[in-house]
Amino acid sequence: MPDFSKYGIGNIFIYFYELLGWFLKSQLNLPAELAGVIQTLVAIVTLGTFALLIPIFTIWLERKLAARFQDRLGPNRAGPYGLLQSFADVIKLLGKEDITPTGADKWVYNLAPLVGVVSVVTLWAVIPLASTMVGANINVGVLYVVGISGLGTIAIMMGGWSSNNKFALLGAFRTAAQLVAYEVPMIIALMVPVLLAGSMGMQDIVNAQANSTWYILMAPVAALLFFITSVAEIGRAPFDLLEAESEIVAGFHIEYTGMKFGMWMLSEFLHAFTIAALTATLFLGGWHGPLSSEAPILGIVYFLVKTFLAYFVVVWSRSTFPRIRVDHLLSLNWKFFTPLALGALVVTAVAQKLVDTYLPGAGDAMRTVALFSANVLLVWLVFELIRRSARQARAGAEGGYEEQGEAHHEEAGHGGHETQAEHSPAPASAH
Amino acid sequence: MTVSQILFLVVAAVMLISAVLVVTLRNLIHAALWLIATLFFVAVLYVLLDAGFMAAAQVVLYIGAIAILIIFAMMLTRRVMADETVQINSQWWLGGLVAAAAFVAVAGLLNASAWPGLPAVDDATITNSIKMLGTQLTSPDGFVIPFQIASILLTVALVGAIAVAGEKK
Repeated sequence: MPDFSKYGIGNIFIYFYELLGWFLKSQLNLPAELAGVIQTLVAIVTLGTFALLIPIFTIWLERKLAARFQDRLGPNRAGPYGLLQSFADVIKLLGKEDITPTGADKWVYNLAPLVGVVSVVTLWAVIPLASTMVGANINVGVLYVVGISGLGTIAIMMGGWSSNNKFALLGAFRTAAQLVAYEVPMIIALMVPVLLAGSMGMQDIVNAQANSTWYILMAPVAALLFFITSVAEIGRAPFDLLEAESEIVAGFHIEYTGMKFGMWMLSEFLHAFTIAALTATLFLGGWHGPLSSEAPILGIVYFLVKTFLAYFVVVWSRSTFPRIRVDHLLSLNWKFFTPLALGALVVTAVAQKLVDTYLPGAGDAMRTVALFSANVLLVWLVFELIRRSARQARAGAEGGYEEQGEAHHEEAGHGGHETQAEHSPAPASAH
Repeated sequence: MTVSQILFLVVAAVMLISAVLVVTLRNLIHAALWLIATLFFVAVLYVLLDAGFMAAAQVVLYIGAIAILIIFAMMLTRRVMADETVQINSQWWLGGLVAAAAFVAVAGLLNASAWPGLPAVDDATITNSIKMLGTQLTSPDGFVIPFQIASILLTVALVGAIAVAGEKK
């Protein structure tokens, strides 16, 4: 039997894992390989169940927070503070009629919400929960996250196409335009923590932050870009064009009822929490905090606190900003976020190299100051460019009727026009 | 049989079945979805071979980018080719013959080669594989020239795509 005192209360989950292995091997006399497989399966199921249970709480939290932002009370009938509201909702969804519309592609229609949920739950495999606890410490963690989010896009397109409904199809088209576009600045912004840590492994990135500073200080621009583009990736307000209820009713999940609809909701809410967890891991130091290496169970607490902080900002922006228009959405991405992400990457690489070359003995504080001021410089430069081109546009607008249309369109480009002098039409595919 | 051997057989079988479904199904969207399944199981094979970077790149590029574009294009041509088109032409037996001959040739070749003992790969190499890949791609002794040429080619393709698709003045 594994010795509990060797693990201590800080490593209690590792102890359970070893205890299970000991039980399978020496009590049930299973071969070591089979015991290992069972151990891994139990760990996977535990982590997956943990991830799937999160939305029960976060849905309540989000409704409560959104209500407060809108000067309401929110759910307050079922249980204390309305805490049981989500359970009531789940039971209601289970009791609803399960409709498959005529002309729907049954297999694809039923498979789509499943793929959606799977694409979110599997992200939790690489998120380090504590210094000793990570599902799979693979050396391509960041790339894995990017790849898995591609599966989520496919799920939404499957659901939108197979519903045999024009609004659902429109939602799926918008998905393709939005999610594929916002992936570009997201991946470039993700390269900044990879560059700083010198590794693509999630656990390595957190360790690097624990040994120096959190990357929100070293790369604030990349952190903000990653956060905003991730919110766009999950299709939340202000980027909820895939389900814009005032335009295309409910978008890709319009025909879904009952628990299949519930699975779409589950994947959306869990995805929102997951991007908060990714932001916390990549930029807020993950599980790092006082005594987190000595007692890994504390790391889980720090990780959850940081994740809920980031999640609060997601909910905050959701209930604050109005929905962005579809042509603004794409010009904001291609003319502002993508160049800014490239700029942040180049600035970080150059500043890092300069510090290494000219200040060989520089400590972490020095490096953080240098990288932070480089980021501030970048932001100042970008705003100066925007101001200049806005001034030009205004001068052009005062010139005559002909340029007015041009200038108006440019201003509509959300200040992203500094990279492109000519106006570009809104992509036809997005409509 | 070890667990990884069983896994390999299962994955390979499912991959082959999905690949056959890609070319035999009449519904184009279904074919595209099975194509995604095929590509995904190829990625699983890479994982079984401890080639994590290849697996992730496979999913990011083929599923995340190419397959999504294929589906997007097909959604615009909803059920155009579903039922009327004939899937084979009069020369199907010739194609089958060539395929069978190629299969026999490859299988014979695999069977005949001596398979010299490959160098054993230790865990440290697998852990550092990405670092080694990056060093190889950027060092003058490695593949920096092909890497740069490929980058320029891709940039040219990007600019060309914008020029072709852009608004004509």
